[in-house]
Amino acid sequence: MSAPVEETEKPNIDIDRSVGDFRYDVDYAYDAGVGLTEATIDYICDVKQDPEWVREFRKDGYRKFLEKPMPTHWASHDLDNIVFENIRYYLSQGVTPSRTWDDVPEEMKQTFERLGIPEQERKFLAGVEAQFDSEAAYSNIKAAVGEQGVIFVGSTEGLHKHPEIFRKWFGKVIPSSDNKFSALNSAVFSGGSFIYVPPGVKVKHPLQAYFRINAQNFGQFERTLIIADEGSEVMYMEGCTAPKFETATLHSAVVELVALKGAKIQYVTVQNWSPNVFNLVTKRGLAHEDAEIKWIDCNIGSRLTMKYPGVIMKGRRARGEVISIALASDGQHQDTGAKMIHAADDTTSNVVSKSISIGTGIATYRGLVDIPPHRKGCKNNTECDALLINSHSRTDTYPAIVTRGNQNACQHEASVSKVNAEQIFYMQQRGLSEGEAMSLAVNGFVNDLVREFPMEYSVELKRLIDLEMEGSVG
Amino acid sequence: MSLSIQNLTASIGDQPILKGLNLEIPKGEVHAIMGKNGSGKSTLAKVMAGHPDYTVTGGDVLLDGESLFTLEEPDQRARAGLFLAFQYPMEIPGVTIANFIRAAVQARLPEGEELEATDYYANLYAKMDALKIARTFTSRSVNEGFSGGEKKRCEILQMAMLEPKYCVLDETDSGLDIDALKIVSEGVNAMRSPDRGFLVITHYQRLLDYIVPDKVHVMVDGRIVMTGDKDLALELEAKGYDWVTEDQLATA
Repeated sequence: MSAPVEETEKPNIDIDRSVGDFRYDVDYAYDAGVGLTEATIDYICDVKQDPEWVREFRKDGYRKFLEKPMPTHWASHDLDNIVFENIRYYLSQGVTPSRTWDDVPEEMKQTFERLGIPEQERKFLAGVEAQFDSEAAYSNIKAAVGEQGVIFVGSTEGLHKHPEIFRKWFGKVIPSSDNKFSALNSAVFSGGSFIYVPPGVKVKHPLQAYFRINAQNFGQFERTLIIADEGSEVMYMEGCTAPKFETATLHSAVVELVALKGAKIQYVTVQNWSPNVFNLVTKRGLAHEDAEIKWIDCNIGSRLTMKYPGVIMKGRRARGEVISIALASDGQHQDTGAKMIHAADDTTSNVVSKSISIGTGIATYRGLVDIPPHRKGCKNNTECDALLINSHSRTDTYPAIVTRGNQNACQHEASVSKVNAEQIFYMQQRGLSEGEAMSLAVNGFVNDLVREFPMEYSVELKRLIDLEMEGSVG
Repeated sequence: MSLSIQNLTASIGDQPILKGLNLEIPKGEVHAIMGKNGSGKSTLAKVMAGHPDYTVTGGDVLLDGESLFTLEEPDQRARAGLFLAFQYPMEIPGVTIANFIRAAVQARLPEGEELEATDYYANLYAKMDALKIARTFTSRSVNEGFSGGEKKRCEILQMAMLEPKYCVLDETDSGLDIDALKIVSEGVNAMRSPDRGFLVITHYQRLLDYIVPDKVHVMVDGRIVMTGDKDLALELEAKGYDWVTEDQLATA
């Protein structure tokens, strides 16, 4: 076993100290220290008792991470501000932040209050408690779906206990070499979910990562793999609207979905990152014949989010859909979009994206629709609408639609609107404050998409928009 | 108790629009302002409501003795009891009428008090029925894709739900056919009460056949130049606005 990083090199945890003082009781046995070398990867493999093929997979990912350039030739140069040597790549259970409720900033407590977050969860989210007692909720869900033969476990447990399914698809939808951050994730992944739904099984309950992940520890480098076997259906939800108090500044997850013939997967994400986080995520699904993959995605907060959920429609009549809402507040950059690869005839894709830019916030839409020349009967619809709140807010749209045949149909619509002063005056004349009027206008703008989210999320989303908008005026 | 406009002057940019306007609308009365396009009628409505494009350069508006101008924000003036039915109501995509009015009613409740949903809907439906607005409208976005008549009925619905002390109707008759005009007028008449004053802005006499005013004022170039009873409206209709202008100039 290779030695992990020396004790003396440890103290530089890269956190935003303006939001609170962090102290860690570092348990050496569960902490890889800062920086990334091959030794760090061996350390992670040893601690997690990874099988040999995973160790090789990680090392291969690490090499690709080193080889791949930072994608700053097309993406934000802010990426250059990530200091990889200062990042802690593995931190396991047993590490409890010694922080008390009194240390939590008043503003954050108020946000919890306004969002109606239960007492127990507040402490977890504020980083006062490292673990949130949701074991019971998770066990209930697990038991309920277990009766149907569904596997719903962590990715580590998945690769240990179900290698025959796991290995077949792991890293196949998103190869490590896809981009620098998918390579990094392949090298150091921990956490995330593994789900397998047997043929024909329609999972009644949405499976929630919230419970499962909280029952362990939040991972920075989550790796999720969901396989829906023929004719099955499953909905997965991750995240929550509450602001999560982050100690780590880089989050780089990889999510792979496989929908076999006639299967349906819906993947719902609602994330509200603290403003110091780089959220660089690769998400892609592979849809076989008659299968359907739908990404429903809401991105709020973070310093920079880059996320373009994709669907490769591999079988005939496969369908792909991305519904996304992005909210970029002051100083934030939401660079999001969708990738639709039509790799079979008669495939259909739909992309609906709405973004809101507040203050100096920047919302960028990047889309890729690819229909090769020999395909026929493929259809794509792309709609992207941007709403600007202040005169200095910014939005950019980069849609790339590559359709080379003449037997396919593509449709693209984009709009940019600004909250209009006359609208606000009208609403104020009815007695609503400027902030209330703004939030009503913004909620109205995203209303048709919010309805696509599960009920509890849509209620929280509305409250969250109210909160964000209150701060945007005055 | 009145809405009292005292020597009001206001401008947009460097352009003076209101040039010393005096008007007193006691509670319980309906006053009409008539005048040509560009005489400043709509400006008066917007200035009172607090539209940010206009600057008040002098005078005052007292709502039951309290100066409106001490309340800076339009919403404060609205909650103090001033309602403006817009000539061109704004569309608010994605916000349903039910939610919009509910938010407005909620904004008038004391801090911490929640609107009772069942009572609210019972009240809303009753008022919609009276204005012959189909109940399916509750789930439509505010003014989006509405006909002219639907927009104006929706304005009156909001007015009825918010129960203001003083209502200013800015050319509510424009864009209405005769049936819609009757419905809107009935809605306004149903709200007439000793506790409420109305200022009806129009340039056609027709509306005043249905909403019969206690007083009619004629506005020319940012001032009230003539005041009379409802018959003044008929006289104006017969003789045209030029008659007022000449008459005004002759007596000035």
